[in-house]
Amino acid sequence: MAEEKQKIKMAVYWGAACGGCCVSVLDVHEALFDVVAAADLVFWPIALDTKYQDVEDMPDGFIDLTLYNGAVRNSENEHIAKLLRQKSKILVAYGSCSHMGGIPGLANFSTKEEIFDRVYHDTESTINTERVVPQPEFEVAEGVLELPVFYNDVRTLADVVEVDYFMPGCPPQTARLVEVFTAIVTGAELPPPGSVIGAGDKAQCDECSRKKTENKGVKKFYRPWEVVDDGETCFLEQGILCMGPATRTGCDFRCIQGNAPCRGCYGPTPDSTDPGAKMMSAIASVIDEKEPVAIDKVLDDLVDPAGYFYRYSLPSSYIRRKMS
Amino acid sequence: MAFLCKWCSYTGADLAGTSRMEYKPNVHAIRVMCSGRIEPTFVLKAFRQGADGVLICGCHPGDCHYQEGNYKCLRRFHLLKRYVKQMGIEPERIKLEWISASEGKQYAELVNSFTQTITELGPCHIKETMEVLT
Ligand code: SF4
Ligand code: SF4
Ligand code: FES
Repeated sequence: MAEEKQKIKMAVYWGAACGGCCVSVLDVHEALFDVVAAADLVFWPIALDTKYQDVEDMPDGFIDLTLYNGAVRNSENEHIAKLLRQKSKILVAYGSCSHMGGIPGLANFSTKEEIFDRVYHDTESTINTERVVPQPEFEVAEGVLELPVFYNDVRTLADVVEVDYFMPGCPPQTARLVEVFTAIVTGAELPPPGSVIGAGDKAQCDECSRKKTENKGVKKFYRPWEVVDDGETCFLEQGILCMGPATRTGCDFRCIQGNAPCRGCYGPTPDSTDPGAKMMSAIASVIDEKEPVAIDKVLDDLVDPAGYFYRYSLPSSYIRRKMS
Repeated sequence: MAFLCKWCSYTGADLAGTSRMEYKPNVHAIRVMCSGRIEPTFVLKAFRQGADGVLICGCHPGDCHYQEGNYKCLRRFHLLKRYVKQMGIEPERIKLEWISASEGKQYAELVNSFTQTITELGPCHIKETMEVLT
């Protein structure tokens, strides 16, 4: 019976990513059979031996659904993003990196030069007396060899192409993927382009099961290893940073259920564009001090505010890179 | 760019105006209900849109119309300064001062001194840096 139904054509691609998003697709487990019954996977580098040329040969709009995971870090990521945009009816920015820059986006705290210096010259294990660094083009007897151009800025997918939907998460919760996938293959009505899908529209704190009081008076912040979590009180109230106030629901509280604070991978709530700014506001609210010196003393406990508040979202925030 | 709370600081700024005090015209003042309403987002957005400096004014400690708003503002301000510093932005580009409704003169002086600080720092390149992807 499934045979009679027209299968959709689907692609999954990784830009600057760790591979976790592709694995989250595999994590549908036995539902993978339903996926392959409903969709032909026409391009998926982690699992299939298809080539870029195969995608180039497809007519425009040939692919029904593309899940692009990973940030855009180099010219190859950008090229494939544009190619897949052209070949796809629905392009989804899948996962935090593609949505907001993600962990690779933290590289926006450094410049390309700083990264190259560190990686090719300065690391403790590097001996590079000839100071060799990757060149985008290199001539050898057989012709010109090419490497992707490494950009100074890590970009989100939406920085380089028009994106139909954003699916947050590091990686997206597999259950959400199944829901979205089912909606698409059954032809259900989809939200307007540009929407975040596969996520809730509340803040984690609104639905979190940890006990909270009205009176959050924090006088000291702790790193998670410095305190024994009681397993039930709101992390923030225990002085442990938790991104819950500034983060969308949808992950089924993966971290909090595992007794770890939320790190913000689902991105900002619908009412905000900049999760770090929202988090700064939330942190300022819970600190129970009124004098500048005392406030500063509490803030000294936050070792890396920028890195913490923008752990997954630096390239998509107002100040999307460090000024140099 | 200046964010002033309605109850004290904006009134103070108004007084500076109605008493015809001379102060630098470089500041665009925005009135908010309370300094506690000034979200970090406002400040970051102002920089992103080209502001060279952001001045925040509220009622003196203890005098906030909504009681605690200015303390919240103070804590945000301290945190914001740390954050912008990490982003390679001079923290002096953000300033917080308490201005009461009768402090027209203080407001005028503050605007002049802050303008001076910003002039010395020179133009802020956040807008250009953020718009051009390299
Ligand atoms: S801060 Fe974290 S632990 Fe506390 S209510 Fe929010 S999500 Fe739950
Ligand atoms: S709890 Fe936070 S960091 Fe963990 S999966 Fe959910 S949104 Fe991501
Ligand atoms: S009303 Fe002026 S600071 Fe709150």
